[in-house]
Amino acid sequence: MTNTLLIARKELRTYFGSPIAYVIMAAFLAFTGLLFIDSLSTPFREASLRGFFVGESFGGLLGQTINAAFVLLLLGPVLTMRLLAEESKLGTIELLLTAPVRDFEVVMGKFLAGLAILGMLLVMTLYYPLLLLIFGNPDIGPLIAGYAGLLLLGGLFLAVGLFASSLSTSQIASVVIGLIILLMFWFINQASNFFRGTPEFVFEFVSPRTHFTNFARGIVDTQSIIYYIALTAIFLFFTVRSLETRRWR
Amino acid sequence: MIEVQNLTKYYGDFIAIENVSFEAKRGEVVGFLGPNAAGKTTTMRIITGFMPPSAGTVRVAGYDIQTHSIEARRQVGYLPETTPLYTDISVRDYLDFMGGLRGMAPARRRTRIDYVIQRMRLEEYAHTLIGRLSKGYRQRVGIAQAVLHEPEVLILDEPTIGIDPVQVVETRELIKSLGKEHTVVLSTHILPEVSQICERVVVINEGHIVAVDRPENLSVRLRGTEQVKVEVRGPARDVSARIRRIQGVREVTQRDGASGASVYTLECDPGSNIREELASAIVQQGWGLLGLQAVTMSLEDIFLKLTTHEDEAKPQ
Ligand SMILES: Nc1ncnc2c1ncn2[C@@H]1O[C@H](COP(=O)(O)OP(=O)(O)OP(=O)(O)O)[C@@H](O)[C@H]1O
Ligand SMILES: [Mg+2]
Repeated sequence: MTNTLLIARKELRTYFGSPIAYVIMAAFLAFTGLLFIDSLSTPFREASLRGFFVGESFGGLLGQTINAAFVLLLLGPVLTMRLLAEESKLGTIELLLTAPVRDFEVVMGKFLAGLAILGMLLVMTLYYPLLLLIFGNPDIGPLIAGYAGLLLLGGLFLAVGLFASSLSTSQIASVVIGLIILLMFWFINQASNFFRGTPEFVFEFVSPRTHFTNFARGIVDTQSIIYYIALTAIFLFFTVRSLETRRWR
Repeated sequence: MIEVQNLTKYYGDFIAIENVSFEAKRGEVVGFLGPNAAGKTTTMRIITGFMPPSAGTVRVAGYDIQTHSIEARRQVGYLPETTPLYTDISVRDYLDFMGGLRGMAPARRRTRIDYVIQRMRLEEYAHTLIGRLSKGYRQRVGIAQAVLHEPEVLILDEPTIGIDPVQVVETRELIKSLGKEHTVVLSTHILPEVSQICERVVVINEGHIVAVDRPENLSVRLRGTEQVKVEVRGPARDVSARIRRIQGVREVTQRDGASGASVYTLECDPGSNIREELASAIVQQGWGLLGLQAVTMSLEDIFLKLTTHEDEAKPQ
């Protein structure tokens, strides 16, 4: 545990010593700010963050696509791209993996650092619901559920990004790999339109998007929570294995 | 302290090292010597647990590096060949991080960091980002992190590369003093370094160990003879004849030296130690004895001989 925290602390220090954390925060605030304004810009709107969470005002497919969750999806792999790829590139992985530290402690430390940044991102957007509370009378349930959903979802994105970062020494490559995996998962529920019965259900269930929609509606389903945590754990496990096989290459 | 047994490592089909075995005891500095691509770095990466071997075992302080990896790694301080360091963190923060990973308590970390920073002359740069240091200073940071936690075993891959001469001397002293109580394995291409600080040399070539011995023993073992050079003023033919009569002398070659004297090179049986007898014989004849010297083969010669005529050397 100490090792995990040590690594997380060092990563956080590095994040704030470089522009990347600030750039990501700025990008996230800018995008989500637009979504927030957009969802409230017409008169007599309902005081909610549905536009922020799931995106509704653009209408059609695009409206359902652009939302805080999707912005997180795009930023997640960027946030994690450095974490392991740079260790391999600089060669520092040689000292990290020969220190008396277990591989999963390394992975967890890096993941925790990403999670901390994600937490900061979400906290910084809390002024949207705060404004709603001051000037309107929003339904609290969906707000809390939505934020919980974003945290779970973001954690999954980070785990996938971290896995991608373990695959190569190039940060660009790891962003691309991460995005490919995430976009595949994200849009896989579209495939359910072509099927009936079990496949339809499976495609819906496998997509993190389906689960998130429930959260944004204020529905917290244990199944969804388990889904996110399990998938995140699977990708973290893949990352540990990927580090192990690096030793064998 | 370190027992390496029959290590073999394949990179794909390529055999980087084959059947490498050697030992390093506590309080010993072992030099790992070999030309480029001999397999030094590969061996060290296996000893430190960075890569598993294809076959063979390594035990560090009694712990098998594969089955008791964490315990074994706890005993090791390692300086990899390329001195990899994080660039966007200060020297002090970096040492603190590495000390933490090695399980040092905060109080001990602080005192040890102060010590290594002072020892490696890094005071001025303690709060500088590592990415802004010069190559030599980075190397010093690399050595500092390797010795920080006072490990039982130090594995140093070309430790003095890129450091200025003054600091090289100090670094060698540091390694030598560490070698008194700890076990040090260092690889190098700098041959005088080996004779200065290593008690034992492991010579490796094309993935095979070709010799393991004390630096001074290597020359006798390799040549199979001891060499003595003597400079005498006197009739060359008589001198040669007289020298040949001494027990143990196998061969004499004569060459003209300065001011009418000649230099004779004697090949003698190992351990025959003829110098006293030789001197008194020359003096008794009334010839002028200008110089007498046992010639040890330079490490450069040994190295060349071992690595270019592999078949002549017998692995121990
Ligand atoms: N990761 C790798 N993949 C494939 N081959 C490798 C790898 N690392 C080393 N080799 C090969 O293994 C051989 C031994 O390399 P190694 O780095 O151990 O040599 P070395 O003795 O340290 O040489 P140098 O004095 O140049 O540092 C070389 O032929 C090298 O090309
Ligand atoms: Mg090398």
